Amino acid sequence: MACTADLAMMSSVAMMAADVKRAIDAVWRIESARLIAHLARLVRNVGLAEELAQDALVAALEQWPRCGIPDNPGAWLMATARNRGIDHLRRERMLSRKHEELGHTLEMEQHMNGSSPESRADDEIGDDLLRLIFTACHPLLSREARSALTLKLLAGLTTTEIARAFLVPEATIAQRIVRAKRTLAEAQVPFELPRRAELRERLSSVLEVIYLVFNEGYSATAGEDWMRPALCEEALRIGRILAELAPGESEVHGLVALMEIQASRLRARLGADGEPILLMEQNRTLWDRLLIHRGLLALARGEALGETRGPYLLQAAIAACHARALTAADTDWVFITALYDELVRLEPSPVIELNRAVAVALAYGPAAGLELADRLAAQGALSCYHLLPSVRGDLLARLGRYSEARGEFERAAALTRNEREIRLLRNRAHRCERGEL
Amino acid sequence: MRVMVMVRANAQSESGQPPGRELLTEMSRFNEELLKAGVMLSAEGLQASSRGVRVRFAGGRSTVTDGPFTGSQELIAGFWLWQVKSLDEAVEWMRRSPFKHGSAEVEIRPILEPEDFACAAGAAAVRGSA
Repeated sequence: MACTADLAMMSSVAMMAADVKRAIDAVWRIESARLIAHLARLVRNVGLAEELAQDALVAALEQWPRCGIPDNPGAWLMATARNRGIDHLRRERMLSRKHEELGHTLEMEQHMNGSSPESRADDEIGDDLLRLIFTACHPLLSREARSALTLKLLAGLTTTEIARAFLVPEATIAQRIVRAKRTLAEAQVPFELPRRAELRERLSSVLEVIYLVFNEGYSATAGEDWMRPALCEEALRIGRILAELAPGESEVHGLVALMEIQASRLRARLGADGEPILLMEQNRTLWDRLLIHRGLLALARGEALGETRGPYLLQAAIAACHARALTAADTDWVFITALYDELVRLEPSPVIELNRAVAVALAYGPAAGLELADRLAAQGALSCYHLLPSVRGDLLARLGRYSEARGEFERAAALTRNEREIRLLRNRAHRCERGEL
Repeated sequence: MRVMVMVRANAQSESGQPPGRELLTEMSRFNEELLKAGVMLSAEGLQASSRGVRVRFAGGRSTVTDGPFTGSQELIAGFWLWQVKSLDEAVEWMRRSPFKHGSAEVEIRPILEPEDFACAAGAAAVRGSA
Protein backbone atom coordinates (compact mmCIF):
# COMPACT_ATOMS: atom_id res chain seq x y z
CA MET A 1 0.00 0.00 0.00
CA ALA A 2 1.23 3.45 -0.85
CA CYS A 3 0.85 4.70 2.72
CA THR A 4 2.98 1.91 4.15
CA ALA A 5 5.68 2.45 1.54
CA ASP A 6 5.69 6.19 2.32
CA LEU A 7 5.90 5.51 6.02
CA ALA A 8 8.72 3.05 5.48
CA MET A 9 10.65 5.55 3.40
CA MET A 10 10.00 8.35 5.88
CA SER A 11 11.19 6.21 8.73
CA SER A 12 14.33 5.18 6.85
CA VAL A 13 14.96 8.83 6.00
CA ALA A 14 14.33 9.68 9.65
CA MET A 15 16.79 7.01 10.74
CA MET A 16 19.41 8.29 8.34
CA ALA A 17 18.75 11.80 9.57
CA ALA A 18 19.22 10.62 13.17
CA ASP A 19 22.61 9.12 12.25
CA VAL A 20 23.61 12.31 10.46
CA LYS A 21 22.37 14.38 13.38
CA ARG A 22 24.61 12.46 15.75
CA ALA A 23 27.53 12.83 13.38
CA ILE A 24 26.85 16.58 13.15
CA ASP A 25 26.78 16.76 16.95
CA ALA A 26 30.18 15.07 16.96
CA VAL A 27 31.53 17.54 14.40
CA TRP A 28 30.16 20.41 16.52
CA ARG A 29 31.88 19.02 19.57
CA ILE A 30 35.19 19.03 17.73
CA GLU A 31 34.87 22.26 15.76
CA SER A 32 32.64 24.70 17.65
CA ALA A 33 35.23 26.28 19.96
CA ARG A 34 37.71 26.88 17.15
CA LEU A 35 34.94 28.22 14.95
CA ILE A 36 33.66 30.65 17.56
CA ALA A 37 37.21 31.69 18.40
CA HIS A 38 38.09 32.52 14.81
CA LEU A 39 34.82 34.38 14.23
CA ALA A 40 35.28 36.29 17.48
CA ARG A 41 38.57 37.61 16.23
CA LEU A 42 36.94 38.71 12.98
CA VAL A 43 33.85 40.38 14.40
CA ARG A 44 35.38 41.28 17.77
CA ASN A 45 32.27 40.27 19.63
CA VAL A 46 31.97 36.90 21.32
CA GLY A 47 28.16 36.94 21.37
CA LEU A 48 27.91 37.68 17.66
CA ALA A 49 30.57 35.06 16.93
CA GLU A 50 28.51 32.44 18.70
CA GLU A 51 25.38 33.46 16.80
CA LEU A 52 27.19 33.16 13.47
CA ALA A 53 28.54 29.77 14.46
CA GLN A 54 25.05 28.62 15.45
CA ASP A 55 23.74 29.83 12.08
CA ALA A 56 26.34 27.66 10.39
CA LEU A 57 25.26 24.70 12.52
CA VAL A 58 21.64 25.21 11.50
CA ALA A 59 22.71 25.31 7.85
CA ALA A 60 24.62 22.06 8.35
CA LEU A 61 21.60 20.41 9.95
CA GLU A 62 19.56 21.43 6.93
CA GLN A 63 21.99 20.50 4.18
CA TRP A 64 24.22 17.65 5.33
CA PRO A 65 21.41 15.08 5.64
CA ARG A 66 20.83 15.65 1.92
CA CYS A 67 24.37 16.16 0.62
CA GLY A 68 26.32 14.09 3.13
CA ILE A 69 28.92 15.27 5.58
CA PRO A 70 31.63 17.26 3.78
CA ASP A 71 35.22 15.99 3.74
CA ASN A 72 36.36 19.00 5.71
CA PRO A 73 33.41 19.81 7.95
CA GLY A 74 35.32 22.49 9.87
CA ALA A 75 36.10 24.44 6.72
CA TRP A 76 32.49 24.16 5.54
CA LEU A 77 31.17 25.55 8.83
CA MET A 78 33.74 28.32 8.78
CA ALA A 79 32.93 29.38 5.22
CA THR A 80 29.20 29.35 5.97
CA ALA A 81 29.64 31.35 9.16
CA ARG A 82 31.85 33.87 7.43
CA ASN A 83 29.27 34.38 4.69
CA ARG A 84 26.61 34.98 7.32
CA GLY A 85 29.04 37.36 8.98
CA ILE A 86 29.57 39.31 5.78
CA ASP A 87 25.81 39.58 5.28
CA HIS A 88 25.45 40.81 8.84
CA LEU A 89 28.19 43.39 8.43
CA ARG A 90 26.69 44.65 5.17
CA ARG A 91 23.37 45.18 6.94
CA GLU A 92 25.19 46.96 9.76
CA ARG A 93 26.98 49.14 7.22
CA MET A 94 23.71 50.11 5.55
CA LEU A 95 22.13 50.91 8.91
CA SER A 96 25.13 52.64 10.38
CA ARG A 97 25.51 56.37 10.08
CA LYS A 98 28.53 57.00 12.24
CA HIS A 99 31.74 57.46 10.32
CA GLU A 100 33.95 55.46 12.73
CA GLU A 101 31.53 52.57 12.88
CA LEU A 102 31.40 52.57 9.09
CA GLY A 103 35.14 52.33 8.88
CA HIS A 104 35.15 49.54 11.42
CA THR A 105 32.55 47.42 9.68
CA LEU A 106 34.24 47.93 6.30
CA GLU A 107 37.48 46.76 7.84
CA MET A 108 35.79 43.71 9.25
CA GLU A 109 34.24 42.91 5.89
CA GLN A 110 37.67 43.03 4.32
CA HIS A 111 38.97 40.77 7.04
CA MET A 112 36.20 38.26 6.40
CA ASN A 113 36.70 38.34 2.67
CA GLY A 114 40.44 38.10 2.98
CA SER A 115 40.99 35.21 5.35
CA SER A 116 40.49 31.80 3.85
CA PRO A 117 39.62 28.91 6.18
CA GLU A 118 41.97 26.40 4.57
CA SER A 119 45.08 28.51 4.86
CA ARG A 120 45.01 29.13 8.59
CA ALA A 121 48.10 28.04 10.39
CA ASP A 122 47.86 25.92 13.51
CA ASP A 123 49.37 28.78 15.50
CA GLU A 124 46.61 31.15 14.44
CA ILE A 125 43.96 28.67 15.47
CA GLY A 126 45.72 28.17 18.77
CA ASP A 127 45.98 31.88 19.45
CA ASP A 128 42.31 32.42 18.70
CA LEU A 129 41.30 29.59 21.01
CA LEU A 130 43.50 31.02 23.74
CA ARG A 131 41.87 34.42 23.28
CA LEU A 132 38.47 32.79 23.59
CA ILE A 133 39.44 31.04 26.82
CA PHE A 134 40.71 34.27 28.34
CA THR A 135 37.62 36.16 27.22
CA ALA A 136 35.14 33.59 28.53
CA CYS A 137 36.97 33.61 31.87
CA HIS A 138 37.28 37.39 32.11
CA PRO A 139 37.46 38.62 35.74
CA LEU A 140 34.70 41.16 34.97
CA LEU A 141 32.28 38.24 35.06
CA SER A 142 31.15 36.41 38.17
CA ARG A 143 32.48 32.87 38.72
CA GLU A 144 29.10 31.38 37.83
CA ALA A 145 28.94 33.45 34.65
CA ARG A 146 32.47 32.46 33.68
CA SER A 147 31.73 28.77 34.23
CA ALA A 148 28.54 28.86 32.19
CA LEU A 149 30.10 30.86 29.35
CA THR A 150 33.19 28.64 29.25
CA LEU A 151 31.15 25.46 29.09
CA LYS A 152 28.94 26.96 26.39
CA LEU A 153 31.67 28.38 24.15
CA LEU A 154 34.58 26.03 24.80
CA ALA A 155 32.99 22.71 25.60
CA GLY A 156 30.05 23.22 23.24
CA LEU A 157 27.60 22.12 25.90
CA THR A 158 23.97 23.11 25.48
CA THR A 159 22.22 25.32 28.00
CA THR A 160 20.21 22.27 29.06
CA GLU A 161 23.33 20.23 29.74
CA ILE A 162 24.94 23.04 31.72
CA ALA A 163 21.78 23.49 33.79
CA ARG A 164 21.64 19.79 34.61
CA ALA A 165 25.31 19.78 35.50
CA PHE A 166 24.96 22.65 37.98
CA LEU A 167 21.54 21.67 39.29
CA VAL A 168 19.97 25.02 38.41
CA PRO A 169 17.04 25.84 36.13
CA GLU A 170 17.78 26.20 32.44
CA ALA A 171 16.46 29.77 32.42
CA THR A 172 19.04 30.72 35.05
CA ILE A 173 21.89 29.47 32.90
CA ALA A 174 20.46 31.11 29.78
CA GLN A 175 20.24 34.43 31.63
CA ARG A 176 23.74 34.10 33.02
CA ILE A 177 25.11 33.58 29.52
CA VAL A 178 23.15 36.44 27.98
CA ARG A 179 24.21 38.82 30.74
CA ALA A 180 27.82 37.69 30.50
CA LYS A 181 27.96 38.41 26.79
CA ARG A 182 26.32 41.78 27.34
CA THR A 183 28.82 42.68 30.08
CA LEU A 184 31.72 41.82 27.80
CA ALA A 185 30.23 43.80 24.90
CA GLU A 186 29.38 46.85 27.00
CA ALA A 187 32.81 46.93 28.58
CA GLN A 188 34.20 46.55 25.06
CA VAL A 189 36.53 43.83 26.24
CA PRO A 190 39.02 43.41 23.42
CA PHE A 191 39.42 39.95 21.93
CA GLU A 192 43.12 39.81 22.75
CA LEU A 193 45.65 37.86 24.71
CA PRO A 194 46.37 39.57 28.02
CA ARG A 195 49.55 41.62 28.23
CA ARG A 196 52.49 40.20 30.15
CA ALA A 197 51.74 42.37 33.15
CA GLU A 198 48.18 41.09 33.45
CA LEU A 199 48.87 37.52 32.46
CA ARG A 200 49.24 36.09 35.95
CA GLU A 201 45.95 37.51 37.16
CA ARG A 202 44.04 36.66 33.99
CA LEU A 203 45.43 33.13 33.94
CA SER A 204 44.51 32.65 37.57
CA SER A 205 40.95 33.64 36.64
CA VAL A 206 40.91 30.94 33.94
CA LEU A 207 42.37 28.23 36.16
CA GLU A 208 39.91 29.08 38.92
CA VAL A 209 36.98 28.45 36.57
CA ILE A 210 38.35 25.19 35.22
CA TYR A 211 39.00 23.86 38.73
CA LEU A 212 35.58 25.03 39.91
CA VAL A 213 33.92 23.05 37.12
CA PHE A 214 36.09 20.03 37.95
CA ASN A 215 35.21 20.10 41.64
CA GLU A 216 31.54 20.50 40.87
CA GLY A 217 31.80 17.25 38.95
CA TYR A 218 34.01 15.57 41.54
CA SER A 219 31.52 16.30 44.30
CA ALA A 220 28.68 14.64 42.42
CA THR A 221 27.18 11.78 44.38
CA ALA A 222 26.07 8.44 42.99
CA GLY A 223 22.63 8.46 41.42
CA GLU A 224 22.79 12.11 40.41
CA ASP A 225 22.44 13.18 36.78
CA TRP A 226 25.36 11.81 34.77
CA MET A 227 26.04 15.30 33.41
CA ARG A 228 27.58 16.09 36.79
CA PRO A 229 30.54 13.67 36.84
CA ALA A 230 30.90 14.52 33.15
CA LEU A 231 32.01 17.96 34.35
CA CYS A 232 35.29 16.36 35.47
CA GLU A 233 35.88 15.21 31.92
CA GLU A 234 35.03 18.61 30.47
CA ALA A 235 37.33 20.40 32.90
CA LEU A 236 40.14 17.94 32.20
CA ARG A 237 39.66 18.39 28.49
CA ILE A 238 39.80 22.17 28.64
CA GLY A 239 42.78 21.98 30.97
CA ARG A 240 44.64 19.63 28.62
CA ILE A 241 43.86 21.88 25.65
CA LEU A 242 45.15 24.88 27.61
CA ALA A 243 48.35 23.01 28.47
CA GLU A 244 49.07 22.57 24.77
CA LEU A 245 48.15 26.19 23.99
CA ALA A 246 50.20 27.68 26.82
CA PRO A 247 52.94 25.12 27.50
CA GLY A 248 55.17 27.73 29.12
CA GLU A 249 52.81 28.34 32.04
CA SER A 250 53.73 26.10 34.96
CA GLU A 251 50.48 26.66 36.85
CA VAL A 252 48.49 25.30 33.89
CA HIS A 253 50.46 22.05 34.08
CA GLY A 254 50.00 22.16 37.83
CA LEU A 255 46.22 22.36 37.52
CA VAL A 256 46.12 19.61 34.90
CA ALA A 257 48.31 17.40 37.08
CA LEU A 258 46.06 18.05 40.06
CA MET A 259 42.93 17.20 38.10
CA GLU A 260 44.39 14.06 36.52
CA ILE A 261 45.45 12.73 39.91
CA GLN A 262 42.21 13.68 41.63
CA ALA A 263 40.26 12.07 38.78
CA SER A 264 42.32 8.92 39.23
CA ARG A 265 40.46 8.41 42.51
CA LEU A 266 36.95 8.76 41.07
CA ARG A 267 36.25 5.05 41.24
CA ALA A 268 37.52 4.73 44.80
CA ARG A 269 35.98 7.75 46.42
CA LEU A 270 32.43 6.54 47.01
CA GLY A 271 31.38 3.58 49.12
CA ALA A 272 28.60 1.11 48.38
CA ASP A 273 26.25 3.31 50.40
CA GLY A 274 27.16 6.28 48.22
CA GLU A 275 29.05 7.97 51.06
CA PRO A 276 32.49 9.50 50.44
CA ILE A 277 35.52 7.48 51.54
CA LEU A 278 38.52 9.36 52.93
CA LEU A 279 41.65 9.25 50.83
CA MET A 280 43.56 7.33 53.50
CA GLU A 281 40.89 4.66 53.58
CA GLN A 282 40.34 4.23 49.83
CA ASN A 283 41.01 0.98 48.02
CA ARG A 284 44.08 1.98 46.03
CA THR A 285 43.69 -0.85 43.53
CA LEU A 286 40.77 1.20 42.22
CA TRP A 287 42.96 4.20 41.53
CA ASP A 288 43.34 4.72 37.78
CA ARG A 289 47.01 4.17 36.99
CA LEU A 290 46.84 5.79 33.56
CA LEU A 291 45.53 9.02 35.04
CA ILE A 292 48.14 8.91 37.80
CA HIS A 293 50.82 8.44 35.16
CA ARG A 294 49.46 11.37 33.16
CA GLY A 295 49.28 13.47 36.32
CA LEU A 296 52.89 12.75 37.23
CA LEU A 297 53.95 13.62 33.67
CA ALA A 298 52.07 16.93 33.81
CA LEU A 299 53.64 17.67 37.20
CA ALA A 300 57.11 16.99 35.82
CA ARG A 301 56.36 19.22 32.85
CA GLY A 302 55.33 22.06 35.14
CA GLU A 303 58.32 21.68 37.43
CA ALA A 304 60.72 21.44 34.49
CA LEU A 305 59.91 25.06 33.63
CA GLY A 306 62.05 25.93 36.62
CA GLU A 307 59.90 28.68 38.10
CA THR A 308 58.94 29.00 41.73
CA ARG A 309 56.06 26.61 42.26
CA GLY A 310 52.64 28.23 42.41
CA PRO A 311 49.63 26.95 44.39
CA TYR A 312 48.34 24.53 41.74
CA LEU A 313 51.73 22.98 41.18
CA LEU A 314 52.19 22.58 44.94
CA GLN A 315 48.76 21.01 45.40
CA ALA A 316 49.57 18.71 42.50
CA ALA A 317 52.86 17.77 44.14
CA ILE A 318 50.99 16.90 47.33
CA ALA A 319 48.47 14.83 45.36
CA ALA A 320 51.39 13.12 43.63
CA CYS A 321 52.84 12.07 46.98
CA HIS A 322 49.63 10.24 47.75
CA ALA A 323 49.43 8.83 44.24
CA ARG A 324 52.93 7.36 44.50
CA ALA A 325 52.22 5.61 47.80
CA LEU A 326 51.11 2.06 47.02
CA THR A 327 49.49 1.81 50.43
CA ALA A 328 48.45 4.46 52.93
CA ALA A 329 51.36 3.43 55.16
CA ASP A 330 53.84 4.23 52.37
CA THR A 331 52.86 7.91 52.30
CA ASP A 332 55.82 10.26 52.57
CA TRP A 333 54.40 12.67 55.15
CA VAL A 334 57.69 14.49 55.66
CA PHE A 335 57.75 15.50 52.01
CA ILE A 336 54.07 16.43 52.12
CA THR A 337 54.72 18.62 55.17
CA ALA A 338 57.48 20.47 53.31
CA LEU A 339 55.08 21.08 50.42
CA TYR A 340 52.39 22.37 52.76
CA ASP A 341 54.97 24.70 54.33
CA GLU A 342 55.50 26.22 50.89
CA LEU A 343 51.80 26.29 50.07
CA VAL A 344 50.86 27.99 53.31
CA ARG A 345 53.32 30.79 52.57
CA LEU A 346 51.56 31.39 49.20
CA GLU A 347 47.99 30.82 50.36
CA PRO A 348 47.75 31.26 54.12
CA SER A 349 44.19 29.98 54.43
CA PRO A 350 43.07 28.32 57.69
CA VAL A 351 41.92 25.22 55.83
CA ILE A 352 45.35 24.74 54.28
CA GLU A 353 46.91 25.39 57.69
CA LEU A 354 44.74 22.65 59.14
CA ASN A 355 45.75 20.20 56.41
CA ARG A 356 49.33 21.07 57.24
CA ALA A 357 48.74 20.36 60.92
CA VAL A 358 47.47 16.89 60.00
CA ALA A 359 50.52 16.27 57.79
CA VAL A 360 52.89 17.51 60.52
CA ALA A 361 51.27 15.15 63.02
CA LEU A 362 51.76 12.20 60.72
CA ALA A 363 55.33 13.20 59.90
CA TYR A 364 56.59 14.41 63.30
CA GLY A 365 54.15 13.06 65.87
CA PRO A 366 50.85 14.23 67.35
CA ALA A 367 52.39 16.81 69.69
CA ALA A 368 53.89 18.78 66.81
CA GLY A 369 50.60 18.67 64.92
CA LEU A 370 48.60 19.68 67.97
CA GLU A 371 50.75 22.78 68.45
CA LEU A 372 49.67 24.00 65.01
CA ALA A 373 46.04 23.01 65.53
CA ASP A 374 45.96 24.81 68.89
CA ARG A 375 47.31 27.94 67.24
CA LEU A 376 44.54 27.77 64.66
CA ALA A 377 41.88 27.31 67.33
CA ALA A 378 43.24 30.34 69.19
CA GLN A 379 42.89 32.45 66.04
CA GLY A 380 39.20 31.57 65.92
CA ALA A 381 39.14 31.49 62.12
CA LEU A 382 37.65 28.01 61.82
CA SER A 383 35.17 28.31 64.68
CA CYS A 384 32.30 26.81 62.64
CA TYR A 385 34.34 24.17 60.83
CA HIS A 386 33.85 20.73 62.39
CA LEU A 387 37.15 19.39 61.07
CA LEU A 388 39.22 21.56 63.40
CA PRO A 389 37.88 20.09 66.67
CA SER A 390 37.81 16.71 64.94
CA VAL A 391 41.53 16.91 64.19
CA ARG A 392 42.32 18.26 67.66
CA GLY A 393 40.31 15.44 69.20
CA ASP A 394 42.25 12.85 67.24
CA LEU A 395 45.62 14.31 68.18
CA LEU A 396 44.69 14.68 71.87
CA ALA A 397 43.55 11.05 71.95
CA ARG A 398 46.84 9.94 70.43
CA LEU A 399 48.60 11.77 73.24
CA GLY A 400 46.50 9.94 75.81
CA ARG A 401 44.58 13.09 76.78
CA TYR A 402 41.24 11.31 76.52
CA SER A 403 38.92 13.58 78.46
CA GLU A 404 39.99 16.64 76.46
CA ALA A 405 39.72 14.59 73.26
CA ARG A 406 36.17 13.58 74.13
CA GLY A 407 35.17 17.22 74.52
CA GLU A 408 36.58 18.04 71.09
CA PHE A 409 34.74 15.18 69.38
CA GLU A 410 31.45 16.27 70.99
CA ARG A 411 32.09 19.82 69.81
CA ALA A 412 32.83 18.57 66.28
CA ALA A 413 29.64 16.47 66.21
CA ALA A 414 27.63 19.56 67.09
CA LEU A 415 29.13 21.56 64.21
CA THR A 416 28.17 19.20 61.40
CA ARG A 417 24.80 18.14 60.02
CA ASN A 418 26.04 15.12 58.11
CA GLU A 419 24.47 12.07 59.81
CA ARG A 420 27.33 9.74 59.03
CA GLU A 421 29.93 12.18 60.30
CA ILE A 422 27.95 12.75 63.50
CA ARG A 423 27.86 8.99 64.10
CA LEU A 424 31.60 8.63 63.53
CA LEU A 425 32.44 11.56 65.81
CA ARG A 426 30.11 10.40 68.62
CA ASN A 427 31.65 6.95 68.26
CA ARG A 428 35.11 8.39 68.83
CA ALA A 429 33.86 10.37 71.81
CA HIS A 430 32.54 7.13 73.37
CA ARG A 431 35.85 5.38 72.76
CA CYS A 432 37.61 8.25 74.53
CA GLU A 433 35.36 7.62 77.54
CA ARG A 434 36.71 4.09 77.59
CA GLY A 435 40.26 5.33 77.23
CA GLU A 436 40.55 3.93 73.71
CA LEU A 437 41.86 5.51 70.55
CA MET B 1 33.60 8.50 28.29
CA ARG B 2 36.73 6.66 27.29
CA VAL B 3 37.20 4.44 24.31
CA MET B 4 39.83 2.04 23.12
CA VAL B 5 40.54 2.38 19.41
CA MET B 6 42.06 -0.83 18.06
CA VAL B 7 43.79 -0.94 14.71
CA ARG B 8 43.65 -4.30 12.93
CA ALA B 9 46.92 -5.82 11.89
CA ASN B 10 47.67 -6.38 8.25
CA ALA B 11 50.47 -7.94 6.20
CA GLN B 12 52.54 -4.78 6.48
CA SER B 13 52.27 -4.50 10.26
CA GLU B 14 52.92 -8.23 10.66
CA SER B 15 56.03 -8.06 8.50
CA GLY B 16 57.90 -6.28 11.27
CA GLN B 17 58.92 -3.52 8.84
CA PRO B 18 58.28 0.03 10.02
CA PRO B 19 55.41 1.85 8.29
CA GLY B 20 56.18 4.15 5.36
CA ARG B 21 57.59 7.58 6.12
CA GLU B 22 54.56 9.42 4.81
CA LEU B 23 52.19 7.44 7.01
CA LEU B 24 54.40 8.04 10.05
CA THR B 25 54.44 11.80 9.43
CA GLU B 26 50.69 11.91 8.90
CA MET B 27 50.11 9.78 11.99
CA SER B 28 52.30 12.10 14.00
CA ARG B 29 50.25 15.09 12.86
CA PHE B 30 47.04 13.27 13.69
CA ASN B 31 48.25 12.41 17.18
CA GLU B 32 49.25 16.04 17.63
CA GLU B 33 45.69 17.11 16.76
CA LEU B 34 44.26 14.63 19.25
CA LEU B 35 46.63 15.95 21.89
CA LYS B 36 45.70 19.57 21.23
CA ALA B 37 42.03 18.69 21.43
CA GLY B 38 42.41 17.14 24.87
CA VAL B 39 41.22 13.80 23.47
CA MET B 40 44.42 11.77 23.51
CA LEU B 41 45.04 9.65 26.59
CA SER B 42 47.41 7.05 25.25
CA ALA B 43 48.75 5.73 21.94
CA GLU B 44 50.85 2.63 21.40
CA GLY B 45 51.98 0.54 18.47
CA LEU B 46 52.39 -3.15 19.06
CA GLN B 47 55.23 -5.24 17.69
CA ALA B 48 54.42 -7.94 15.15
CA SER B 49 52.79 -11.07 16.57
CA SER B 50 55.99 -12.97 15.84
CA ARG B 51 57.37 -11.15 18.90
CA GLY B 52 54.48 -12.15 21.15
CA VAL B 53 53.04 -15.19 22.86
CA ARG B 54 49.60 -16.54 23.53
CA VAL B 55 48.57 -18.10 26.81
CA ARG B 56 45.58 -20.41 26.62
CA PHE B 57 43.72 -21.63 29.69
CA ALA B 58 41.66 -24.81 29.53
CA GLY B 59 40.58 -27.31 32.14
CA GLY B 60 42.73 -25.65 34.78
CA ARG B 61 45.90 -25.85 32.71
CA SER B 62 47.70 -23.23 30.66
CA THR B 63 49.61 -23.58 27.42
CA VAL B 64 51.93 -20.99 25.94
CA THR B 65 52.32 -20.63 22.19
CA ASP B 66 54.87 -18.43 20.46
CA GLY B 67 53.81 -16.13 17.67
CA PRO B 68 53.38 -15.41 14.81
CA PHE B 69 49.63 -15.87 14.65
CA THR B 70 49.25 -15.08 11.03
CA GLY B 71 46.14 -17.18 10.54
CA SER B 72 44.12 -15.01 12.89
CA GLN B 73 41.77 -12.25 11.71
CA GLU B 74 41.67 -10.69 15.14
CA LEU B 75 45.20 -9.40 15.51
CA ILE B 76 45.74 -5.86 16.73
CA ALA B 77 48.61 -3.73 15.49
CA GLY B 78 48.15 -0.82 17.85
CA PHE B 79 45.68 1.08 19.98
CA TRP B 80 44.68 4.47 21.24
CA LEU B 81 42.82 5.44 24.40
CA TRP B 82 40.70 8.51 23.82
CA GLN B 83 38.49 10.64 26.02
CA VAL B 84 35.42 11.62 24.04
CA LYS B 85 31.87 12.74 24.66
CA SER B 86 30.34 9.94 22.61
CA LEU B 87 31.13 7.07 20.29
CA ASP B 88 30.10 9.39 17.47
CA GLU B 89 32.85 11.81 18.41
CA ALA B 90 35.37 8.97 18.26
CA VAL B 91 34.06 7.98 14.83
CA GLU B 92 34.36 11.58 13.61
CA TRP B 93 37.98 11.74 14.81
CA MET B 94 38.65 8.45 13.05
CA ARG B 95 37.30 9.89 9.79
CA ARG B 96 40.10 12.46 10.05
CA SER B 97 42.86 9.92 10.60
CA PRO B 98 45.61 9.18 8.03
CA PHE B 99 43.77 5.94 7.28
CA LYS B 100 41.30 7.95 5.19
CA HIS B 101 43.84 7.85 2.36
CA GLY B 102 44.26 4.10 2.34
CA SER B 103 42.64 1.02 3.76
CA ALA B 104 42.45 -0.08 7.36
CA GLU B 105 40.08 -1.60 9.85
CA VAL B 106 39.57 -0.04 13.21
CA GLU B 107 37.40 -1.12 16.09
CA ILE B 108 36.25 1.35 18.72
CA ARG B 109 34.96 0.09 22.03
CA PRO B 110 33.80 2.08 25.04
CA ILE B 111 35.66 1.35 28.27
CA LEU B 112 33.62 -0.01 31.17
CA GLU B 113 32.99 2.69 33.75
CA PRO B 114 31.96 2.14 37.37
CA GLU B 115 28.37 3.17 36.52
CA ASP B 116 28.27 0.18 34.17
CA PHE B 117 29.26 -2.10 37.02
CA ALA B 118 26.68 -0.46 39.24
CA CYS B 119 23.99 -1.03 36.61
CA ALA B 120 24.94 -4.67 36.24
CA ALA B 121 25.03 -5.17 40.00
CA GLY B 122 21.67 -3.46 40.38
CA ALA B 123 20.13 -5.61 37.68
CA ALA B 124 21.54 -8.75 39.24
CA ALA B 125 20.18 -7.73 42.64
CA VAL B 126 16.73 -7.17 41.18
CA ARG B 127 16.82 -10.55 39.45
CA GLY B 128 18.05 -12.22 42.63
CA SER B 129 15.29 -10.78 44.79
CA ALA B 130 12.50 -11.50 42.30
